[in-house]
Amino acid sequence: MPLLQVEDLHVAYGAIRAIQGISFHIEAGEIVTLIGANGAGKSTTLRTVSGLLRPMQGDVLYQGRSITRTSPERIVKMGISQVPEGRLIFSSLTVLENLEMGAYTRKDKNEIRDTMKQVFTSFPRLEERRTQLGGTLSGGEQQMLAMGRGLMSRPRLLLLDEPSMGLAPILVDEIFEIIKTINAQGTSILLVEQNAAMALSVADRAYVLETGRTVLEGDAKELLHNPEVREAYLG
Amino acid sequence: MRKLSLPSWIPTLIVGLIVFFGVLYARDNGHISAYRYQIFQIAVIASISALGLNLIYGFNGQFSLGHIGFYAIGAYSSALITKDYQMAWSGSRAGALAWMMAGQFGIIAGLALIRMLRLDRLRRKITQSTSSYLKEHETRMVCLLPVLFIVAAVIGLGVVATLGAHALLDPGLNALVEGLSDNVARNVIFVLAILNGGTMAALVAYLVGLPLLRLGSDYFGIATLGFAIMVFTGLQNSDMVIDTMRGARGMVAIPTWTTWGWVMATFALLVFLMRNLLRSSHGRAMISVREDEIAAQSMGVDVNQLKTMAFTVGGLFAGVGGALYAHLYGFLHPSTFNIIRGFDPLIIIVLGGLGSMTGTILAGVGVVVLIEELRVILPQGFEDWRFVIYPIILLLVMLLRSEGLMGTREWGWFRTPVPPERDIPLSTRQPATPATAASSEDV
Ligand SMILES: Nc1ncnc2c1ncn2[C@@H]1O[C@H](COP(=O)(O)OP(=O)(O)OP(=O)(O)O)[C@@H](O)[C@H]1O
Ligand SMILES: [Mg+2]
Repeated sequence: MPLLQVEDLHVAYGAIRAIQGISFHIEAGEIVTLIGANGAGKSTTLRTVSGLLRPMQGDVLYQGRSITRTSPERIVKMGISQVPEGRLIFSSLTVLENLEMGAYTRKDKNEIRDTMKQVFTSFPRLEERRTQLGGTLSGGEQQMLAMGRGLMSRPRLLLLDEPSMGLAPILVDEIFEIIKTINAQGTSILLVEQNAAMALSVADRAYVLETGRTVLEGDAKELLHNPEVREAYLG
Repeated sequence: MRKLSLPSWIPTLIVGLIVFFGVLYARDNGHISAYRYQIFQIAVIASISALGLNLIYGFNGQFSLGHIGFYAIGAYSSALITKDYQMAWSGSRAGALAWMMAGQFGIIAGLALIRMLRLDRLRRKITQSTSSYLKEHETRMVCLLPVLFIVAAVIGLGVVATLGAHALLDPGLNALVEGLSDNVARNVIFVLAILNGGTMAALVAYLVGLPLLRLGSDYFGIATLGFAIMVFTGLQNSDMVIDTMRGARGMVAIPTWTTWGWVMATFALLVFLMRNLLRSSHGRAMISVREDEIAAQSMGVDVNQLKTMAFTVGGLFAGVGGALYAHLYGFLHPSTFNIIRGFDPLIIIVLGGLGSMTGTILAGVGVVVLIEELRVILPQGFEDWRFVIYPIILLLVMLLRSEGLMGTREWGWFRTPVPPERDIPLSTRQPATPATAASSEDV
């Protein structure tokens, strides 16, 4: 049974039909990436998986159970955590407080502290700045904080929405290294990216979205060499 | 790295005690007039109410113009209770108290019933089972019937619960009032009146907030303004329902039981509760809702629930403040609660700093004392100039410190404790990888 299975998903914002027929799945332990042009519906898909949006049609199955009617709170507790597009750091809270917010659905203080230790091992920069306000961090540090915060709920599935957005190339490399490490430690990852080359190089499998539909799927490394994909997304 | 080994509550408590005993001492020895003594009480009462609004707007980010409405509800509902104790306007000395408590119980019972019925699920079931052969608006018509039935059932249960609770409470409370010595009974009634003023306001805040908080910030502000106007109009015509409230003529003969001691004790208790609420995970979540609703939701925060919670607790503070106010002068007039006065708490929290309890307390006391002192300082015939000078001072402060006196900073015990070094998890530091080392310069 796949960890996450999305079947023929249709989502609309009022009258605007953002996605109309997206299907994909993630096996436990995988990194799966969704690539596509601006407005293809990638963020919308993630928001639907995490319960912030409700589909008009189609289903999202997590560990075999439908979660399209489950509240975002429950979904976080069930083990899906979203790192939203644009980071959305709590700017007047400190780094430490931001991370604590990530563990909002958890109760055990000691376990939370253990998770925080792990997050600090992945992002030593955050530990150095733990009492700094989130809003005063650099873009790269904010991305690290957003990812660290997402990990604080100890997710089985991490949804990453454009983690490389607006970062210098060297930092992009670092972020993607960390994504690989997080995955190696057992967290499955659904990665949404504009930077298709980078995403395909770390992912196991990939799906290409166009105007709200899945148009292509396959092994990430194969897609990296697929002429159509190269033409459209790798320039 | 810890500069001070003194726990932060000690200096805060000391300042509190100095202020408390200082005012008492000054009054007992004739250093301040009875008038000033009252002003200090008003100042702390204004701070209590403003703290409530700061929770709603400063910490939770929901712009409300209706705060004065909750202040009024607290004032009038507590006054009805104490006035009843003194002159039994309802027929028995604890009658108003019994009705008020029973009424709140009835509303809560009704709300609990709605919760238990899971209306959203019911509607979904109906929609699902009828969607194949009915159009959407037809389904809605079909839904109307059970909804009407449920509304009737809830109101029915509420009324029954109210009557039942009243039947139980009324004899007990009256016996209590008659049985206790006058001095004790008086204090019990006063505590219950303040409490009821607070819970009444909180309950109304909950009922008003539930639908309004979904509107989104700007609309919410306007809608709460509408609420405050409704309360004001209601008070002007209150004598049509309860004669003793006397509508636009103003309610008189309320016992003047509020003292500096009562005010400060209530203040200390509420400040203690709010500070601990803010430092709890709920408080953190309220702040995160202000910062970014989408992000808060992604963390698993139930945004609507937290907004309702902040609004309800904020209403409680206004209600308690109103109750203390009602028993200070013994006279309530609707004009004290008109929408212009509704801006007072807003001015206080903006001046003090949105999201700072310390700032609100300082500004609350500061603004009230300033306006009254200006009245004394200005030469006769020029008293009204204080409403020229006061705005100028406001303008200057806001120009010089646009984030208010304190911004979001706190002092003493109100500050978030920085966890001592040993509590901060330290990772076993490995030698930095080349990538980390290289990029740490250009971040
Ligand atoms: N809140 C909204 N209200 C209305 N339409 C929206 C909203 N959010 C997104 N859309 C529309 O839905 C479509 C899909 O948007 P989405 O954000 O999912 O795209 P995306 O693939 O994440 O794009 P990008 O790579 O630019 O982030 C777009 O046409 C967009 O205009
Ligand atoms: Mg997007």
